[in-house]
Amino acid sequence: MLTILFDGIAYGMLLFIIAVGLAITLGLMNFINLAHGAFAMAGGYITVVLMNRYGVSFYLCLPIAFLAMAVVGVVLERTLYRRLYSASHLDQVLFSVGLVFMSVAAVQYFMGGQQQLIHLPPELSGRTEIFGIGVGRYRLFITIVCAVLVVALQLALTKTRFGSQLRAAVDDGRVARGLGINVSTVFALTFAAGSGLAGLGGAMGAEILGLDPNFPLKFMVYFLIVVTVGGTSTITGPFLAALLLGIADVAGKYYVPEIGAFVIYAVMVIMLVLRPHGLFAREGGR
Amino acid sequence: MITRRMLIAAAGLAASALAGAPTFAQETVKVGLIVPMTGPFASTGRQVEAGARTYMAMHGDTVAGKKIELILRDDAGTADQTRRIAQELVVNDGVSVLAGFGLTPLALAVAPVIGQAKIPAIITSAATSSITEQSDYYVRSSFTLPQAAVPVATWATENDIKRVVTLVSDYGPGIDAETWFTKEFTAKGGEIVEAVRVPLQNPDFAPYLQRVRDADPDAIFVFLPSGVGSLFMKQFADRGLADAGIKLIATGDVTDDDILNDMGKPALGAITGQHYSTAHDSPENKAYVEAYKAAYPDMRPNFMSVGGYDAMHLVYAALEKTGGDATGDALIEAMKGLSWTSPRGPVSIDPETREIIQNIYMREVKEVDGELYNVEFATYEAVKDPAKTSDQ
Amino acid sequence: MTVIGETTAAVSSTGPEHVAATQLRRRNAWRAYEIVLWLVAIALIFMLPSKALLLTEIAILALFAVSLDLVLGYAGIVSLGHGAFFGLGAYVAGLFAMHFFPEPVTGLLVAGLVSGLLGFVTSFLVLRGSDLTRLMTTLGIALMLAELANQMAWLTGGADGLSGFTVGPILGLFEFDLWGRTGYIYSLVVLFLATWAARRIVNSPFGLSLKAVQGNRVRAAMVGVPAKSRIVVIYTIAAVYAGFAGALLTQTTSFVSPDVLAFHRSADVLLVLVLGGVGYLYGGIIGAIIFTLLRDWFSVITPQYWMFWIGLVLVIIVMVGRENITRWHTFLPAPIQRALARAANWRPGPKIGGGQ
Repeated sequence: MLTILFDGIAYGMLLFIIAVGLAITLGLMNFINLAHGAFAMAGGYITVVLMNRYGVSFYLCLPIAFLAMAVVGVVLERTLYRRLYSASHLDQVLFSVGLVFMSVAAVQYFMGGQQQLIHLPPELSGRTEIFGIGVGRYRLFITIVCAVLVVALQLALTKTRFGSQLRAAVDDGRVARGLGINVSTVFALTFAAGSGLAGLGGAMGAEILGLDPNFPLKFMVYFLIVVTVGGTSTITGPFLAALLLGIADVAGKYYVPEIGAFVIYAVMVIMLVLRPHGLFAREGGR
Repeated sequence: MITRRMLIAAAGLAASALAGAPTFAQETVKVGLIVPMTGPFASTGRQVEAGARTYMAMHGDTVAGKKIELILRDDAGTADQTRRIAQELVVNDGVSVLAGFGLTPLALAVAPVIGQAKIPAIITSAATSSITEQSDYYVRSSFTLPQAAVPVATWATENDIKRVVTLVSDYGPGIDAETWFTKEFTAKGGEIVEAVRVPLQNPDFAPYLQRVRDADPDAIFVFLPSGVGSLFMKQFADRGLADAGIKLIATGDVTDDDILNDMGKPALGAITGQHYSTAHDSPENKAYVEAYKAAYPDMRPNFMSVGGYDAMHLVYAALEKTGGDATGDALIEAMKGLSWTSPRGPVSIDPETREIIQNIYMREVKEVDGELYNVEFATYEAVKDPAKTSDQ
Repeated sequence: MTVIGETTAAVSSTGPEHVAATQLRRRNAWRAYEIVLWLVAIALIFMLPSKALLLTEIAILALFAVSLDLVLGYAGIVSLGHGAFFGLGAYVAGLFAMHFFPEPVTGLLVAGLVSGLLGFVTSFLVLRGSDLTRLMTTLGIALMLAELANQMAWLTGGADGLSGFTVGPILGLFEFDLWGRTGYIYSLVVLFLATWAARRIVNSPFGLSLKAVQGNRVRAAMVGVPAKSRIVVIYTIAAVYAGFAGALLTQTTSFVSPDVLAFHRSADVLLVLVLGGVGYLYGGIIGAIIFTLLRDWFSVITPQYWMFWIGLVLVIIVMVGRENITRWHTFLPAPIQRALARAANWRPGPKIGGGQ
């Protein structure tokens, strides 16, 4: 019973790590980036290549995946994404779906279509007993990393100068610019952070979610659910939504496996109908 | 309104213009290979294509005075595409044989086409037993899931496994595997503790595996499509099910040769039953693997590739038998009852059901020369598709 | 587009109602490019008999895209789950042929009706919320239906798809043939009738009020247009259309696979519509032609990687700007532009004279 709860939490945490980048781009910058999963996939593939071909340690791969995707994010933001900030949502959807298609085909070309597997360091595989509950070590690792991330992100957004600049830039770009905030740089850095987090999430998720060229399409829905249900204006919203989703999904599959896959979609539609702006919408947010 | 009336007139005209049947060019015999080359099942398509091309590389492209031409088309795993491509290949390209079909619905979608055109369709991959009953023009060169699942069940009862949980993907082949494993296993005195079906697109096995662990069986019987299977293996090991004394028995899809080596340690010791292993010890297979690796150094031939290989053999052998007559009815008649030695071992086509009869090998995943292989240790000879033999 | 100029010309001696009526009639008149398009579509039956299957696919996709255009172009709802109605129509047509009556036209109507019902019920869910919420709601409904089709294997055949039914001759007269010509003519007739009806709808006062709703909901409400009921109606009609398209697919292939409800259907049709241009009905048809030909072409050259090129096309379209793609002719030299404008405005003689 408690093991199921823990599994659900770990699963939710993993979803959160990947989706939080989306929450940032979507929630703060109001950009519907369906290609978010592609960034996560790229992070996963970077890890696979580094580990399997060059024997880089898993722990080192995680920050590399983060940094590499942050750089890719900045480049794409500067060249392509920034032009679409003011475009219609339809344009954003089309553009990012186009990117997804391209990434899927490109990965298939370079890496082949099969599942990619990584080998975790021995201290992360297997299980440990904690207070009599069997706990997967890797899942524990995910939970810890995620918890640290949530705190760090929350602090970065609310307590740092950059955080307040970002919030100002989002709320009213023109005024922020008038106050001397370099809105364009702030957005670029934020986008980089979002992409980097996606890369990190992809690297960590490869073990549990699997990694193949269709990753962005397969999991797009999950990420979007986390963000839409959680609301797009806070970090805690998506976090709680991810936890809820993870636990509901895992528990649903454990107790009623017949309709397991059905539960999350139903929950999502009901939530959206009842709370169209998400669970924890900010008053007057957009 | 004018346009509408014109359309109806046009419809009548076109209908009357359809009387004449196309004449097929007799110099080259075209084989239309329709497999998913994109999408989630792309690896199936690549393996089948590689197997078929390897056969042509090894045996030349002429048989009985006819030149064989292989036309490859991608259906992206979408049934209406499969159907349209099949129809176009028949009508426009004049193919004499269709082959491929990565998944059961894709194979079923062409049933009306091959029935109307009277052209054989060789199933190289799709594994649901019932497909060949939908049209008299289907021949199977791969395997059916009951064919693999029943020997696994027999083996389990012979090796002191009493209580089993089954875990299968929730679609045609999965349900086939579950049904036939259960039938054989319970008939021989075993007990199915629980039957779990997981959705085809399933990101996380944790809850299902926890269910299995809580049921505490002697073994878990698994069928999953190959890509998902590797994911499962890791989580199986991670959850400590093996340490809890639960054995893993499965059909060969789970330890697909193509990706087996990447699975690493968690796969070691898994017991599977299937018709082909890259490590199968025979001169035919050695020659095949060598030719395959020469053309595709990055890939390892798996059970899908051998389906493509034997599909080409069926075409070649049938043409030889008919003396070059490539009409559909002649070919399908010639294919019935053919027997040959494939890289997988001795095989034949059941003249009654048009299903392949073959050996099913029990294998264990072992490390050989630093790589993981399915090493065969027991053989069930000349297994027919049990779903059909018991009906009759 | 060309209407504004005419309005001023049409302000004659009579009152404003007359002006509006004339304007609507003008809008409703057939343009030259429309007539050419349909004539070419008919001519293709004879000119390209070997491509009938591809043409059928185009016609079905075009109908589906026209349906999405009603939702997106005329009601402004961004939907990523329009495939739900398509898939439902496909299944209903298959089940109807299997259990009740194999005649296709009846099956088509039933499928449209059932899809329309679903459209009506779900339309209330897309009334509220932002673009993102609608996107997710429509997507969620489509995914739920897909899961349902997979789970209800006793009815739908589950992941194996629905097979083993035969579709009878159309109206008991025209048998579906292996070359797909009957299928094409049938699909084309349905597409034509549907487009014709859609033209009537969007060029009616009702259609104009929709445009108003899309432009500014609050303002539309202020001048007395009940925005919600307008959206419900158009969404329902669009669902019927999508159901028709799905039914056509089932009837021309005599098979239903679960991927009729897959996500890529909804994404593809959105792409199709955008390729052709949103908000003038023919965008869907033109987009379907471009998309299908592109895909067919790419997948023959590079069977494995056509997705890349389709993606690239999408990215380029957005980067260049969608409006620039549909207004490609504005980049032409002025004389050619004028000639084109004349051609576009040209209508068959009797219609202009017979205005009264």
